[in-house]
Amino acid sequence: MAGVQVSNVSRSFGAHKALDDVSIDFADGGFYALLGPSGSGKTTLLRQIAGFDFPDSGRISIGGESVERVPVEKRRIGMVFQNYALFPNMSVADNVAFGLSVRGEAKAVIATEVQRALDLVQLGKLGARRPHQLSGGQRQRVALARAIVTKPRVLLLDEPLGALDKALRVDMQIELKRIQREIGITTIFVTHDQEEALTMSDRIGILRDGRLVQEGPPEEIYDRPKSEFAATFLGDANIFRGDATGNGIRLPDGTAIAADVGDRLAAGAKASCAVRPERIRIAADPGVLDAANANELRGQVSKRIFAGNNSTYFVERAGQTLKVIVQNTGMDRLAEGQDVVLRWSPESTVLIAAG
Amino acid sequence: MMITRILEWFGRLYIFMLLAFLYLPIIIMALMSFNVSPFYQLPFEWTTDWYASLWQNDQLISATWNSLEIAVIATIICVVLGTAASLALFRYEFRGKKLLQALLFPPIAIPWLITGTAMLIFFFGVGIGRGLFAILLGHVALALPYVIVVVSARLQTFAPELEEAARSLGANQWQVTNRVTLPWIMPGVIAGGLFAFAVSFDQFVVSYFLSTPGQTTLPVEIYAAIRKGFTPEINAVSTIIIVVSMALMLLTARFFKFGGEK
Repeated sequence: MAGVQVSNVSRSFGAHKALDDVSIDFADGGFYALLGPSGSGKTTLLRQIAGFDFPDSGRISIGGESVERVPVEKRRIGMVFQNYALFPNMSVADNVAFGLSVRGEAKAVIATEVQRALDLVQLGKLGARRPHQLSGGQRQRVALARAIVTKPRVLLLDEPLGALDKALRVDMQIELKRIQREIGITTIFVTHDQEEALTMSDRIGILRDGRLVQEGPPEEIYDRPKSEFAATFLGDANIFRGDATGNGIRLPDGTAIAADVGDRLAAGAKASCAVRPERIRIAADPGVLDAANANELRGQVSKRIFAGNNSTYFVERAGQTLKVIVQNTGMDRLAEGQDVVLRWSPESTVLIAAG
Repeated sequence: MMITRILEWFGRLYIFMLLAFLYLPIIIMALMSFNVSPFYQLPFEWTTDWYASLWQNDQLISATWNSLEIAVIATIICVVLGTAASLALFRYEFRGKKLLQALLFPPIAIPWLITGTAMLIFFFGVGIGRGLFAILLGHVALALPYVIVVVSARLQTFAPELEEAARSLGANQWQVTNRVTLPWIMPGVIAGGLFAFAVSFDQFVVSYFLSTPGQTTLPVEIYAAIRKGFTPEINAVSTIIIVVSMALMLLTARFFKFGGEK
């Protein structure tokens, strides 16, 4: 096992800067998600760490050893591919055995290790099957067993759950997390699914246009996003834009919004405030909402989407549509077209520098 | 209902005619190789004399061996070079790759008569001249594009991630190719090899230009024999070739499941 350090890595393809001066420290034994839209560079970064491609500049080290010019087959990594990439001409057991076999391990050792890996992913009895006889979830497990049986220093996962349906994906998330804990391997996971990143990882790195936008534990990024992009890409956020006032912003129509979270900005600078939809309280009668120190806006419900345990209200206010999520408590259902008051505390408001 | 039955009947007739068109001339030739009359006269009288006298025809037999030798060697060379070239075109980006790929196809379309003339002139120019070696070189040049086309087509169905997966597991280039890529493209390699064999073994035009008396291949020898005067020995040798090559094809088709899984 080993940590991975990526320092000032850049990679261009022609005029396109796929990675632009990215530095991340992946701690030993951690579960790390690289999150970003397509084209953000997350897969390019993973391929640099794997060794399929080399950076134009910068350093990559695994377990303290410099590897940025070491080809993939010598890096001792394990990788799970988006479409599993199981060898179609081999049985499940032979697939898992491949890494040990090319290394020249003894047959008896291979058989023991393969069985142990298959047991770990709960496919102990399916060794004789062919990949095409397996379900998507089972193929996923075979790919995982094949990647970890060689005891790699780091496990790289390229959107491994993308091809599975929703229910299976949640099962595999739990399973993957269990296996990762069990063997304690440093894991780097590329995904564009923010929910997956939030639920699975110890730390998240958000990438955009080849740059690292923000990096930290899921709670920190969710509660204290440092950019509008981070706020809206990881979870939902209402964004207000205006001029910084010292303890918040002033909207163009003069309304003040107080923010206790985020950077202190010089008064007058362009700034934004981000508020999570579930932090806003909504009511037709303002009397039922706490008033102390609260930010307050008035608007009109334009749409309500009922989702069982909660409802999402879309509220029109000064040409902006705000999103409010309310837990289903069985009370205060609001109708479309109703005038409402929105209140939320400054502690739930993140001040973000414009740009 | 009526229309369906008519169509069904018509379909069967069509298949029957298609097969008749393909196989009738061959069957007649095969039958005549067992007929006593050298002039296709009926009634049919059974004999194996033509096969016996074929055995005495040293020229025809030596030409057959030449043809087989050249076809086998040309096939091996074409399969090795063609598969390697297909892998290179599949794996790597390099300067002039598009041009190279584009230039692979025209030789297939150029009439063999012209290719043959060009080769004759060229081989004389560089001092290779005519003979079996020149024929072998010519056949390799003719068959190589077929192998590359067939193997490349098979490679199109190969997922490049499989090679990446193998490398991530520590396999070197040689292990990746041998254990992952080659097993997948093997049906294409076999099909390409059969093409190469057929192009070489059937080759008349180019061989005709490049052969010398005594250093010649079977099709050229058959042509020369027909010009001197037709004998049913030709029927006999043709029948043997047809039986052997059809058996080869059927075996390969069965073994590699051409035309889909059973």
